[in-house]
Amino acid sequence: MGDNYILKADHITVKFPGVLALDDAQLHIKRGTVHALMGENGAGKSTLMKVLIGINRIQPGGTVEFNGQQVTITSPNDALQQGIAMVHQELSPIPEMTVADNIYLGREKMRGLIIDKRDSIRRAQELLDKLNIRVDPTEKMKNLSIANTQMIEIAKAISYGAQLIIMDEPTSAITEVEVKHLFEMVNNLRDSGISIIYITHKMDEVFEIADEVTVLRDGQFIATKSASEIDKDGLIQLMVGRDLKDIFNKETVPIGESVLEIKNFTRKKEFRNVSFDVKAGEIVGMAGLMGAGRSELMMALFGVTKLEEGEVYIRGEKVEIKEPLDAIKHKIAFLTEDRKLTGLYLPLTVKENIMMTNLNQFTSGGRLQHRKMEKVCEEEVQKFTIRTPSIKQKVELLSGGNQQKVLVSRWMLADPDILILDEPTRGIDIGAKSDIYALMTKLAKEGKAIIMISSELPEIIGMSDRVVVMHEGKLTGILDRSELDQERILAYAAGELDDYKEAQS
Amino acid sequence: MKKSKLSQFTDKFGMLIILILLVIVISILHPSFLSASNFSNVLKQIAVYVIIGYGVTFIIITTGIDLGLGSYMALGGVLAALCAKGTLPGIVGMIVATLIGLAIGLINGLVISITKIPPFICTLGMTTITRGAALLITNGKPVSQLNKSFCWFGSGVVGFIPTPIIWLIIFTIISWILMDHMKFGQYARAIGGNERAAIISGINIFKYKVLIYTYCGICCGFAGAVLAARVASGSPGAAEGYELDAIAGSVIGGTSMAGGVGSVWGVLIGSLIIGVMNSGLNMLGVSAYWQEIVKGIVIIVAVIMDERKNRKKL
Repeated sequence: MGDNYILKADHITVKFPGVLALDDAQLHIKRGTVHALMGENGAGKSTLMKVLIGINRIQPGGTVEFNGQQVTITSPNDALQQGIAMVHQELSPIPEMTVADNIYLGREKMRGLIIDKRDSIRRAQELLDKLNIRVDPTEKMKNLSIANTQMIEIAKAISYGAQLIIMDEPTSAITEVEVKHLFEMVNNLRDSGISIIYITHKMDEVFEIADEVTVLRDGQFIATKSASEIDKDGLIQLMVGRDLKDIFNKETVPIGESVLEIKNFTRKKEFRNVSFDVKAGEIVGMAGLMGAGRSELMMALFGVTKLEEGEVYIRGEKVEIKEPLDAIKHKIAFLTEDRKLTGLYLPLTVKENIMMTNLNQFTSGGRLQHRKMEKVCEEEVQKFTIRTPSIKQKVELLSGGNQQKVLVSRWMLADPDILILDEPTRGIDIGAKSDIYALMTKLAKEGKAIIMISSELPEIIGMSDRVVVMHEGKLTGILDRSELDQERILAYAAGELDDYKEAQS
Repeated sequence: MKKSKLSQFTDKFGMLIILILLVIVISILHPSFLSASNFSNVLKQIAVYVIIGYGVTFIIITTGIDLGLGSYMALGGVLAALCAKGTLPGIVGMIVATLIGLAIGLINGLVISITKIPPFICTLGMTTITRGAALLITNGKPVSQLNKSFCWFGSGVVGFIPTPIIWLIIFTIISWILMDHMKFGQYARAIGGNERAAIISGINIFKYKVLIYTYCGICCGFAGAVLAARVASGSPGAAEGYELDAIAGSVIGGTSMAGGVGSVWGVLIGSLIIGVMNSGLNMLGVSAYWQEIVKGIVIIVAVIMDERKNRKKL
């Protein structure tokens, strides 16, 4: 019994103080398959994975069978010893150490008290060659792209002899091309008999890579299906428990005058000579691969970094934006790419997080008007359906989607005319995504100008009126909604098509 | 995520309960501890710790640190004492000390903001600079025989309240307003909570960091003068190690070294715990060496308890 399955987890219940995070859930993984694990944020995916790597304790009655044997996993290290490894969404390599040292950290071959570095490098090189990862083992971790860092984490898991590898949203921070590499690797691993649990929010990936899919909702097991016997709509229905026909809900909105125009934006190492404009009521998507310079461009527009060359016009008038405060005064809002790194004040409350950009509105004679702030804050929480027990809750305790809504609410309170949204739906669940798309549509109707950077092409195609594509810091094309298709955008993003070639040489 | 009433209560008032228990235990062992005169004595001694504790708390909230509090107090104290040797009114010495504190804080804030060197290093340098300056000005000797008008600021009374306690109350109110009711405190939290997010929120980090270090300097300069006035002498070696008690009081009061978290109420309670413990152990005749050891243990245990409290919430 069970030899067909690498993992059988049954009757898994996990309780946190006051919360039932998992309620009699199950997960069965067939040997040598890629198994997608899906569900909205808060559905219990991470909780379940933390059971498998020994971080969460389960209630009596639950069993975990690994390789046909009942096991108790006591710590991530114990999980590794038994053959289960997890590649986390937020990677945590030691940046100043080399690739080889990171892989063999804690398992270095010693010559007396001295680490045999040459041995680590040799073994790392063999490992990387075997997995077809083109990274120099003597390179420092900090110099690697996110995608390569991820590859190294996977290599590390393999080096431990892992038979089951858990990948937590591995594509949330990498580009389409890098996703292809990752998928090749995943396929190779599967062929060599390794089983993979693949956590993702992205529907398309499930059908591209997974053999089976398990859906969790509100901590409960909903279903395990073969990827071939279910389609996207069916999957969404399982996840949200209701029908979601088209999450984008793009509406055509009359497009007005040009609101924001940037000309010849240049920071030589990041982007060169980029010009485009955004009109009232328009959503301009920005597509490109990782490192195309899109976020950097927006950072410079917002005054976070200094432009070397370039001009900004708002409604035809030239303006100077030297620091974010200037941008905010010109009614620009900037929802940054990385919530935790550049958006949230994690130790602070929901209220403080929403208010921080807007304190001037709530200051009278130098004194903060707490009561007014609290009232407005309660309204915001209602308006954006932020799920929080109170506005005094620490924001770090909220789920990703709700954290994102806190940031959106912060910026909406500043009443902007121009919105820069950098990966606005990264790592959030479908419900919250659909709320954000609806908000974008509403804002467009109100005549706001919106720039949306996104690495998810369906999102770019679903929401944009025009798409600006960049490749290695240069503008390669501006496409109208009518000419949008996945391949075309990718060709511009890869630099194969370039409408501005002569102009820039 | 409902928590029991009891644990909500202990979260909020845990340190206050510990303070009260501490007072009760010491009073049982040594009944005169609770007498009005002794109590106001204890408060008089603690006052300067709390005042500099307020100053450094804002800095700790931004994830910075200031190691020089005691030295700034010494420099402020000797300058104030020099002013008070003749017939100048005492207020002049107070103002001079406060201004020198302000200047020191301003320099710290500017150097840290412009050069981006770690606050630890900058203020470490400033510690020896100011201590050296205090020694240089006085030739290493205490400045004494100070006029009465100056000494009033440290040992006078208003009605029946000793002046140091008046200053304690005033700085508590100022710090509370800065912390809870002005952008000053909110932005300190923002900078400590996430500096990069603060930049994008349009917060003028440079300005507020400089202001925050400057406020700490003001607290130290003023507290240094109060200390000199209380002991009627400006000593260049004064207030050695005060920064440690001030920082400890702040941290025991719930200020997070990781930034973003801290309150005036907490610092007051935390500093009172340190102060009550110091004078309580003294009264009980515990040897000074043991006092240091006990204090160290209490600091570590208090912070461990606080950490656990925070982790429980997750």
